[in-house]
Amino acid sequence: MREITLSQITKSVKDSVIKINYYLDDSLVNLFKKAKDKETNQTAISILDDIIENQEIAKKGIVPLCQDTGVVVVYLEIGSEVSFKGDIYEAINKGVKEGYQEGYLRKSMVAHPFNRTNTLDNTPAIIHTTLVAGDKIKMKIASKGGGSENMSNVTMLTPADGIDGVKKLVLDTVFNAGGKPCPPIIVGIGIGGNLEKSALLAKEALFRDLDDESNDEIINKLEKDLYTEINSLGVGPMGVGGDTTCLAVKINYYPMHIASLPVAINIQCHSARHIEVIL
Amino acid sequence: MIKLNTPINIDDIKKLKVGEQVLISGTIYTARDQAHIRLVKEDNPKFDINGSVIYYVGPTPARKNTTIGSSGPTSSYRMDKLSIPLMEKGLKLMIGKGDRSEEFRKEMIKNNAVYLIATGGAGALLSSRIIKSKIIMYEDLGPEAIRKLEVKDFPCFVAYDIYGNNIFTGNAK
Repeated sequence: MREITLSQITKSVKDSVIKINYYLDDSLVNLFKKAKDKETNQTAISILDDIIENQEIAKKGIVPLCQDTGVVVVYLEIGSEVSFKGDIYEAINKGVKEGYQEGYLRKSMVAHPFNRTNTLDNTPAIIHTTLVAGDKIKMKIASKGGGSENMSNVTMLTPADGIDGVKKLVLDTVFNAGGKPCPPIIVGIGIGGNLEKSALLAKEALFRDLDDESNDEIINKLEKDLYTEINSLGVGPMGVGGDTTCLAVKINYYPMHIASLPVAINIQCHSARHIEVIL
Repeated sequence: MIKLNTPINIDDIKKLKVGEQVLISGTIYTARDQAHIRLVKEDNPKFDINGSVIYYVGPTPARKNTTIGSSGPTSSYRMDKLSIPLMEKGLKLMIGKGDRSEEFRKEMIKNNAVYLIATGGAGALLSSRIIKSKIIMYEDLGPEAIRKLEVKDFPCFVAYDIYGNNIFTGNAK
């Protein structure tokens, strides 16, 4: 058994949430620049310029990329040959609390759906745990904003709806969301499993590398087709029109019941703040 | 490009046409979801709503020796119904992001107000145009408190104008 201390977990979460709220990945910034070069709508070009300039300012480490520094989502993978003493969820939440405090990040969690009392430290994080082989702990950590999350959905299609049904659902969802989720967006799609599994797949798809392509031939084609069709909708950056509505489409899938075709669509704004750490 | 100084009057409103870039200077007020719910019931708000500009934002905490934290716009549609009584009291400009309801747009035109958008997710850039910030109402709401801001050349685009034009038409619904 390999021993990991919970203070390592806390420190890793704390450092991660601060880092992702100030620095965007180079691969994402390159997609902004490519999109700007191809864009034909003048207002859209101004907005893409703002987005590029914004990350230049944020990476100085004084002002976060966005005022919505999000809810922390963690996909936690625990190797079966790792041991630790105590409550790992508590350690993660301690990291969130310290990171949001020391990083001057906004506390956006409220405790109750109706009295809306702020928890004041951005906890609790939303943590999804899986047990895997090996002697490591892997955490995929995101700060997920509310604007794009609000435009996401889960729909239970029927098997007969097929690929065309999925395409229509995705295109309708992105079109109806318009400028609200801060396009250009990244679209995470989960197909299969059941109600909750599809949603977990969709969010996890957003962690994939931007240049990662599905190994499955049908899914790979669907990712490419949707990318092209979404960018033909004319929504554009912040909904003002133009050629740049999405930067990437990522689809994850899972086996499902003979009666079902669950589809979850999780929309990610252009400020895609996530990281993967291995301990 | 049009430069506007607050407070906003009807001549300013008439100049604003969809798609145009606007640079705002002067005093603007922040308010988002919870502040709106309270503000519409307020008998004596601590600022003059007539001629005012409201910016939908909940900033990140300011570091020492800085004016304000990251300050980009939040989605406007959640304030649609709550904006109507404020426009009836003379609210002239609203700054946010994304499209809004037809009901809002009709009431906006009726009240000679204009809806502007700023670049969502550009909170670091937009905060650099804010030169003063002070909480004036609802401090208990934290990031949702009402702040009085002094801005210099705060960049926006006209999204809905009083002539019935809509930047999202033909694109997003």
